[in-house]
Amino acid sequence: MFTFILRRLLYSIPVLFAASFLIFVSVSAVGNPLSELRLNPLISEQTLQNIAERKHLDDPIPVRYVYWLKEAVTDKFGTPLFVQTPIWDDLTRVIPHTLQLVIVAELLALLIGILIGVYSAIRQYSVFDYTATMASFLGFAMPVFWLALMLQILFTELFLRTGTRVFYTSGLNSVDNTCTFCVDRAQHLAIPVMTLAVLSIAQYSRYMRASMLEVINSDYIRTARAKGLSEPKVTVRHALRNALIPVVTVSAINFGVLIGGAVITETIFGLDGMGPYFINNLQSQDVYPVMAWLMITATMIIIFNLIADITYGFLDPRIRYE
Amino acid sequence: MSDLKHDPALEPELTAPAAQPVEPAVSDELELTYATGLEVKTRSQWAYARRRFVRHRLAMVSLVVLIIILSAGLAAEWVAPYAYDEIDLENSGVGPTLENKHFFGTDVLGRDYFSRVVFGIQTSERVAFIVAALSTLIGVLVGAVAGYYGRWADNLLMRLTDLVLTLPGLAVLLTLSAFLGNGSQYRVAVILALLFWTTLARIVRGSFLSLREKEYVEAARAAGSGDARIMFRHILPNAIGPIIVNATLIVGLAILVEAALSFLGFGIQPPTPALGKLISDGQDVASQYWWLVTFPGLTIVLIVLCINFVGDGLRDALDPTQRRARA
Repeated sequence: MFTFILRRLLYSIPVLFAASFLIFVSVSAVGNPLSELRLNPLISEQTLQNIAERKHLDDPIPVRYVYWLKEAVTDKFGTPLFVQTPIWDDLTRVIPHTLQLVIVAELLALLIGILIGVYSAIRQYSVFDYTATMASFLGFAMPVFWLALMLQILFTELFLRTGTRVFYTSGLNSVDNTCTFCVDRAQHLAIPVMTLAVLSIAQYSRYMRASMLEVINSDYIRTARAKGLSEPKVTVRHALRNALIPVVTVSAINFGVLIGGAVITETIFGLDGMGPYFINNLQSQDVYPVMAWLMITATMIIIFNLIADITYGFLDPRIRYE
Repeated sequence: MSDLKHDPALEPELTAPAAQPVEPAVSDELELTYATGLEVKTRSQWAYARRRFVRHRLAMVSLVVLIIILSAGLAAEWVAPYAYDEIDLENSGVGPTLENKHFFGTDVLGRDYFSRVVFGIQTSERVAFIVAALSTLIGVLVGAVAGYYGRWADNLLMRLTDLVLTLPGLAVLLTLSAFLGNGSQYRVAVILALLFWTTLARIVRGSFLSLREKEYVEAARAAGSGDARIMFRHILPNAIGPIIVNATLIVGLAILVEAALSFLGFGIQPPTPALGKLISDGQDVASQYWWLVTFPGLTIVLIVLCINFVGDGLRDALDPTQRRARA
């Protein structure tokens, strides 16, 4: 088990290197990042010279990559191109906000998805089952940004018509409030959580339904029924526990993906998370924070994929990792 | 799987030639049927697949709706009542109405949103088909080489797909599109295709790995066929089902992702109309003009929904081994 984890981690290091090199080179090949600043009369030539010197912009791209790599490893990704505030400080500010959003959304989605999936499976071909299937198809076909906007419009209208504030539609907190775990934060996060959860619920309910159907038709469930166990006991103790395995694995993978995948939701709702940070730096075409962001999220994906594999082996004793 | 045996589409159809007058003899009915020449009609695999697809009612309905929407996009110049950039300040902010053919309303500048949506569909489908074609081509080539040759080719190519799979997909697309996309629909399409081929490469590799051991491959080799001929004339036709299904689903995925890129401002730039851009244009005035956000979004939902249903029907028709519990 230990060697398995070690091997996977060692193996992911060259993958990260290759990925960072490819992205850095293709993104840097666009041209001189300072050419646009040069058009701005308020920025002196000296400032530009300083930036170029600090980031070694006059060197060829592969050399710049080595400088970037050195800075990333020794100085926690260093500083952005245009300003001197460390990238790491910004990242540590925004990551907890994203984690809060993603954890709540995923737990909610798991709970609802599993309930829908199990009920669809034990009432296969019922009205509920068909409705859930259609709803999940709708969830898969809906652009996340559109859903976010529609919810935003809906709740803004609700506020304007009735005058009572149920949920806020933008920001992390009200102006005079900075709390992290309180009603105000919950009112702000409710709609973003709903938005993020919809696609995950669609996914989990489908997985859960499929694996539950497979388990329910297996021999040991018939045995459990034959020896006279009550139906709830068969469903929960015998079927559900085994049917959960694939869903738990998928949710672990999903979690890693979502940390970098909540970009759209966070941007629309103006949450100060990973998403807006990424989008802002894309807009200013600053390679350095973008690279740092991509490396962090890629590492998250690798770690959570590994966690998924380990939990799978843990939950299903037939799986062995040598 | 068990219901496959009872699938009526799979059973050879018994048809009596209508021209033959059958004697109404009751006594020797059995002999008569043989005498009048009831024959077994043979069908190709494609014919079976087509029958299975046509019987999938939801997929058929979706296909019809999809064809209508996509051909409206193709013929946007004739279908749209207005040009997509025609400004008409006297009719700005008109809600959805049949009057003047403003079915989806107009925006602040009085541009007709129905026309803009139709032209947006044209852009979306063009991008999506380029993505599907290109990523299928790459995926098939990579998967075929990896699965057929194995060893180091397999290792190299699979590590390459690993690389793409470890990256946060949407963020990498946004990055490449922001720096290299230039707002051009063709560049965006190529960028999408460069990240979408991995799933297919894995599927194709899997089927090539098992198919290369089949007797007919051995026979082809004994008959002197070269590697390329074996791969693309003998093995590929047997692995075509999942490839077609995957290509269909990629069309839907590409439409969704392209819309998201354009919505965030890193995809297709004006003046080229794109569905995602239409939604972000309407975003700022959404509380007054709800239709500007609603209709382009509904269009995307409808297109992708239909594509997914068609993909589902195709999966059942072409790829019966992967048949899931029928929804």
